[in-house]
Amino acid sequence: MLNSGINVLTEGINLQRLLGGLLITARIAFLAILIGSLLGIVLGLINTSKSRIIRLLCRLYLEFFRIIPILVWLFIVYFGVPGLFNIHLEGELVAVIVFSLWGAAEMSDIVRGALASLPKHQIESGKALGLSFWGLYRYVLIPQAIRRLLPGAMNLATRMIKTTSLVVLIGVIDVVKVGQQIIERSLLKEPTASFWIYGLIFVLYFVICYPLSKLSKKLETKWES
Amino acid sequence: MMNIKKFLVLICSALFLVGVLAGCGSTATTKTDGKQEEAQKSAIEEIKKRGTVRIGIFGDKPPFGFIDANGKNQGFDVYIAKRLAKDLLGDESKIQFVLLEPASRVEYLQTNKVDIVLANFTVTEERKQKVDFANPYMKVSLGVVSPQSAPITSVDQLKGKKLIIIKGTTAETYFTKNHPEVELLKFDQITQAFEALKDKRGVALSQDNTLLFAWAKENAGFTVGIATLGSLDTIAPAVKQGNKELLDWINQELETLGKENFIHKAYDATLKPVYGDSINPEDIVVEGGKLN
Repeated sequence: MLNSGINVLTEGINLQRLLGGLLITARIAFLAILIGSLLGIVLGLINTSKSRIIRLLCRLYLEFFRIIPILVWLFIVYFGVPGLFNIHLEGELVAVIVFSLWGAAEMSDIVRGALASLPKHQIESGKALGLSFWGLYRYVLIPQAIRRLLPGAMNLATRMIKTTSLVVLIGVIDVVKVGQQIIERSLLKEPTASFWIYGLIFVLYFVICYPLSKLSKKLETKWES
Repeated sequence: MMNIKKFLVLICSALFLVGVLAGCGSTATTKTDGKQEEAQKSAIEEIKKRGTVRIGIFGDKPPFGFIDANGKNQGFDVYIAKRLAKDLLGDESKIQFVLLEPASRVEYLQTNKVDIVLANFTVTEERKQKVDFANPYMKVSLGVVSPQSAPITSVDQLKGKKLIIIKGTTAETYFTKNHPEVELLKFDQITQAFEALKDKRGVALSQDNTLLFAWAKENAGFTVGIATLGSLDTIAPAVKQGNKELLDWINQELETLGKENFIHKAYDATLKPVYGDSINPEDIVVEGGKLN
């Protein structure tokens, strides 16, 4: 009984469709993590500025993305922007934009936290050695901060990968949506289809996320020694 | 001192934000107004110029709109959509299917991301405020399914017995309001409810009749004893509010299609294999856009 549902995986081009959906999920996540991290690092460095106004603006940006759910952001950009500017943005592009901006916001806070957690004497010693502002960051602060921000950044990356499943609501057909389409189609004939499809999706997400956490573990131990 | 400075910065940024939001609001209204005029002027011209008509359908609601194992759009709505494209642009392949979620069908029309929604869209008063519905091509109401050995053919038979329903559906509202004498056994999920019926935990189950017909066909020994019950809802194509040109075209098209019994053909091709012969197509199909 339970085994009969496994046939839905091999029926027609179902497996190919699921992998196609996974590709879209991975593409959105990869681009968003890349753009988000770069923007986030810059923003995090700006965030350590002494100017109160700059810090406030950075804070506002971060809080806007933290407080407003990502789903709402997706809707704002997907349904709101076309109304404002009379342009049509593809769902996938909207997803990349929103996830990048969200990633940048969260990343900036991780970077800020990592820099702030460095002992003050590191900065003072650097200055005492006569390093310039850029030299101080380049040789003293950034190398140390990167080690401290790595766990948080990896956590963020896996969170972003998993949150991409929201994109179905703006019409992007990702791996979860393809799974639902297959399940609904075969529900009457194969009630156990959902077990197999969601089981496979579980494995697929694991395959993407596990190497990331493995990599971060490896880097951490490498830098510690 | 510090506190005053902080306070001032806060006030300034708040004002700035309000300004930005207000600015956005006003541009939004003017732009949409412009677009609506445009739509009234040349909605069909625009589609013809583009060369494809964008039709919003479901991807996971068999047998109305679903994707088969080969990745092709199939179903009752899709069958009709293809015909609309053929009559509008002369070729049924000049169609761009946009897969919709039930919750965002209205928004897709409002932001002009699709031309027509053909996604099992039930006509309701609330939706009428936001989109324009054409004439219906289908109707749906509640049904009651029961074991063939002990069929329930009228609501009177249910008195004092357990009826299985799914929470939050029209069936729950209908029976609570109109037949408080029927004892209700409520479930969260459709699959749970059907399992309960098989286990004889209730004498019958009530849901949208279209779903019940399909289920009774797949599960031998059960019959839809009451095919229609409660208020009759209609399902119709919808267009963006104010797009009268396209709306009129669809209504006219439905009338023309009615002359050749096209909706019945669509039923035979897509729904009959699922519902079987025991169902009277007149319980579901609306021909020519008119309820009789």
